[in-house]
Amino acid sequence: MSDLVSHSSRRSHFRQELRRAWKYRELYLLLLPALLFFVIFRYIPMGGLVMGFQNFSPARGFLGSPWVGFQHFETLFALPKFLEVFRNTVIISLYKLFIGFPIPVIFALLLNEVRRLFFKRTIQTVTYFPHFLSWVVYGGIMVLFIGPGGVVPEGLEMIGFQMPALLVNPRYFRAILVITNIMKEFGWAAIVYLAAIASIDPSIYEAAMVDGANRFQQAMYITLPGLRGVMGIVFILSMGSILEAGFEQVFVMYNPAVYSVGDILDTYIYRIGLVDGRFSLATAVGLFRSAIAAVMIVLANQILKRADQPTLW
Amino acid sequence: MSARIDTTAYAQQLQPTRQYSNRLAETTIYSVLLLLGIISVLPILHTVNASLSSPEKVAQAVLLLWPQDFTLDSYIFIFKGEALIRSFGVTVFITVVGTALNLLVTAAAAYPLSRQDLPGRRSIMLFIMVTFIFHAGIVPGFILVRSLGLINSLWAMIWPTLVNVFYLILLRNFFENLPDSVIESARMDGASELRILFQIVIPMSLPAIATMGLFYAVSHWNEFFRGIFYIYEPAKWPLQVLLRSVVIQANLNEIGFSNQDMYGNAAVSQLTIRAATVIAAIVPMALLYPFVQRFFVQGIVLGAEKG
Repeated sequence: MSDLVSHSSRRSHFRQELRRAWKYRELYLLLLPALLFFVIFRYIPMGGLVMGFQNFSPARGFLGSPWVGFQHFETLFALPKFLEVFRNTVIISLYKLFIGFPIPVIFALLLNEVRRLFFKRTIQTVTYFPHFLSWVVYGGIMVLFIGPGGVVPEGLEMIGFQMPALLVNPRYFRAILVITNIMKEFGWAAIVYLAAIASIDPSIYEAAMVDGANRFQQAMYITLPGLRGVMGIVFILSMGSILEAGFEQVFVMYNPAVYSVGDILDTYIYRIGLVDGRFSLATAVGLFRSAIAAVMIVLANQILKRADQPTLW
Repeated sequence: MSARIDTTAYAQQLQPTRQYSNRLAETTIYSVLLLLGIISVLPILHTVNASLSSPEKVAQAVLLLWPQDFTLDSYIFIFKGEALIRSFGVTVFITVVGTALNLLVTAAAAYPLSRQDLPGRRSIMLFIMVTFIFHAGIVPGFILVRSLGLINSLWAMIWPTLVNVFYLILLRNFFENLPDSVIESARMDGASELRILFQIVIPMSLPAIATMGLFYAVSHWNEFFRGIFYIYEPAKWPLQVLLRSVVIQANLNEIGFSNQDMYGNAAVSQLTIRAATVIAAIVPMALLYPFVQRFFVQGIVLGAEKG
């Protein structure tokens, strides 16, 4: 008896919820296109990941292709090429993270000290701009700049240095990736820090000035701590892309001569998957990469949450 | 009171040295920033000048700070053929149509999600956030596009990027910070949600919409991978794919095959042509950029602070 009552009350509760939701039907309708997009272009491909556990052939489809369990993963982890590519990816990412992370912070702090508005605006305009160029364009400009006959090798030759060909030399390739990436992105990366600086309460600076803090001390003890939250968010996001290492940049700038140091997971996936048509093996690599990326981003978020810092969710 | 007088006296004593160190610091800061600005602009400036100079001068000069023997020959050459114009057409199409659809769908979704009272809001956000954290990857995406019959279709470069989660959340936060009273009174007057969105919310959010429009437009203009992944007919190549084959691949062949010919005329005029191709691809973005730039910080700040 009591069971029946609770059942019917639950049902009426459900009906009430429905009635409440019905009042919002226009809003759900507005959401519909975006939700359809996420289902079709984000969730359905996740289902496609089963390829990684099959010997997938397009002719047989997902239902007809034979299952092979973790065979592709076993193949991968025994593959020297895979280990090399994995190592390259992590090394390039970490270089970019450790060298590239502080520069925008310092840049924003310096920019914040500038009182001449015209100078500040000009520097901002000029340093943001490369971010909006594609890597094909920026990489192309860099190839013209540091490639054979470019400004850097010719200039160095003029003052007596003999330059080796930079872009085909495994010794320099990673450094070139890191440096050109910083050159392209440092200005834009500073924008979130500048936004955070703008939101710091001016009365804190006034109080510090009364106490006799100079501008350097103000920057170190007020502005920099005020950036901690944003730095955390940027850190989470770069953790999530630790296995990316800049697909487009590498794809545009690398060549077979530097595969040993420059080939990364994404370029490898592209070549074995879309070029060679080994869909299942490439999917296995992709799944490995995405799983680690997801774990890293969740982990970074959790760590910051523990430290009582702003987080992504 | 006496303590305060003491500090002023102390400060006055220190004044000369402090002023000197301040000026030194000031000079250092301005020089470092100037240097960073130069680093950002120099490679681009050199390329612009190379595209406008004669091949002989480009071969002689190391760094071009202005065009030498000014000529438009390189530009005339690259626009003589059909390929570049056709690729411009493809890219303009995906940029205009793609951005319009991006803004429409993103704004339409951001508005309901900005409403605290929407039933199921949290679950829907979670559903969306999952796609931000976990990506299926290149191959499943390719299989999907192929089974939708979009290989060699320009729509393969539009539909898969319809909504960017990051921008969606920024815009939602922006909407959340709009004053409730205006929206509330419109609802009292019996305005439909669609009207509220298009006649009140969007017009009040133009800085955010403009910024986001630029971001979306840039990502379409720079579309490269979907061109490589999904478009196999060169006639339908977006600009960036064509650029790669002209600017980068020509160069790598050069490195591999003819180190001796590097200073020969043919290679150098190839240099000016490659420079012109790169610059032609930048011009439309460079023209749009200053108009939207002033919205950047405003759009980002308002979207970033949660209400």
